[in-house]
Amino acid sequence: MIPSPFEYVKVRSVDEALAALTEHGEDAKLLAGGHSLLPIMKLRLAIPTVLIDISGISDLSYVRVDGDGPDAMVAIGAGTRHFELERDDVARTEVPLLPHVAGRVGDPQVRHRGTIGGTTAHSDPASDLPTALLALGGTVVLQGPGGRREVPVTEFWTGFFETAMSPDEMVVELRVPRTGSIGWGYEKFTRRENDWPIVAAAAVDGRVALANMAGSVVRATATEEALARGASIAEAAELADQGTSPGADMHADQEYRRHLARLLTRRALETAAGV
Amino acid sequence: MQVSITVNGEQRTDEVEPRLLLAHYLREVRGLKATNIGCDSTSCGACTVIVDGLSVKSCTVLAVQSDGAQVTTLEGLAGPDGELHPMQAAFRAEHGLQCGFCTPGMVMAAIGVLADNPDPTDREVREGLEGNLCRCTGYHNIVRAVRTAAQAGPAAGQVPQAQEVEA
Repeated sequence: MIPSPFEYVKVRSVDEALAALTEHGEDAKLLAGGHSLLPIMKLRLAIPTVLIDISGISDLSYVRVDGDGPDAMVAIGAGTRHFELERDDVARTEVPLLPHVAGRVGDPQVRHRGTIGGTTAHSDPASDLPTALLALGGTVVLQGPGGRREVPVTEFWTGFFETAMSPDEMVVELRVPRTGSIGWGYEKFTRRENDWPIVAAAAVDGRVALANMAGSVVRATATEEALARGASIAEAAELADQGTSPGADMHADQEYRRHLARLLTRRALETAAGV
Repeated sequence: MQVSITVNGEQRTDEVEPRLLLAHYLREVRGLKATNIGCDSTSCGACTVIVDGLSVKSCTVLAVQSDGAQVTTLEGLAGPDGELHPMQAAFRAEHGLQCGFCTPGMVMAAIGVLADNPDPTDREVREGLEGNLCRCTGYHNIVRAVRTAAQAGPAAGQVPQAQEVEA
């Protein structure tokens, strides 16, 4: 399978990338690791006429603690590759859910290329890291011609391949609260280890997010509210599929996905609680 | 556009279309046909090569993204006198292949596994090769081969070119 022809532009800075986006408009797509974009271009589900390669922007790859005390956040550069996040000592100490989930994306070869900014911008409802980010809370930092803005993760993923980002903006950073020793869990159901999840659930600090249960990654709000009321994990997990709208395909029908959402939510919450 | 890519130690400049995949560049422009294209959708791992020290699936990388990179394919493993790389020797000794289609990608991915973990358990080998499918289902001997190669020392997790495999 061969993509449609396109023009290739390699940029060295965020400013160059934004200038290229402004110049080429909606026909342009940013290329980071390419492990979401190139497969759909090969299937010709996406036909951009210009690819702007941002993988050479070296100062977009980092993990660091920003600020002091309880308000401190962990900042992750959008160009950080999954295998870098998986092994990062700061991430492992400050927000261990995230490096764990980075290590569950695809397979080693995929993790060598894919970036957290790429999977965030792509907005596939089945993607691992957005599910973890949504459970953690925090923000997506965007940069555009008008400067920087932060969008809460709860408002960022709006639908299938749809986000709150404008075509002339790019993801430059992800910011998540430090969770330190707070328990967490991630449960992912796949047919083969390197597949996309049929359903996945991330749990941390009383929050639960689900992959592949709607047009975008979603929070299991009924479960979270039940936990806040003091319900048991088993009771709260039974509500995990409320308000979701899973699709059906050859791997799983809707009722099976709902079952998986409840089951995986219970397991993720139990892991987080250490039971 | 022009790309300058070093493959198995040999640097060359070629004029390519931006949409040319690295797998097609290696096979058709460089004439190196060990790298197989199986699923063509980032699943099977048959097209795995080492780019700047990291195993990647070359069906999901553009040649233009590899401009300036060091690439090692299966052809770059054996010594100039034909002496097999320790991973190749172990695949042969342990009969780590049946039809052979997945083998070039499997060998390159396995080198990446040992680069990351020089003495893996069976389970760690299986997890490290989760991105490579063998349709003959010959996994037992493949795992055995990787563990045998690990006993040959650090060279089993390295490629012969100047680069070092990092992960």
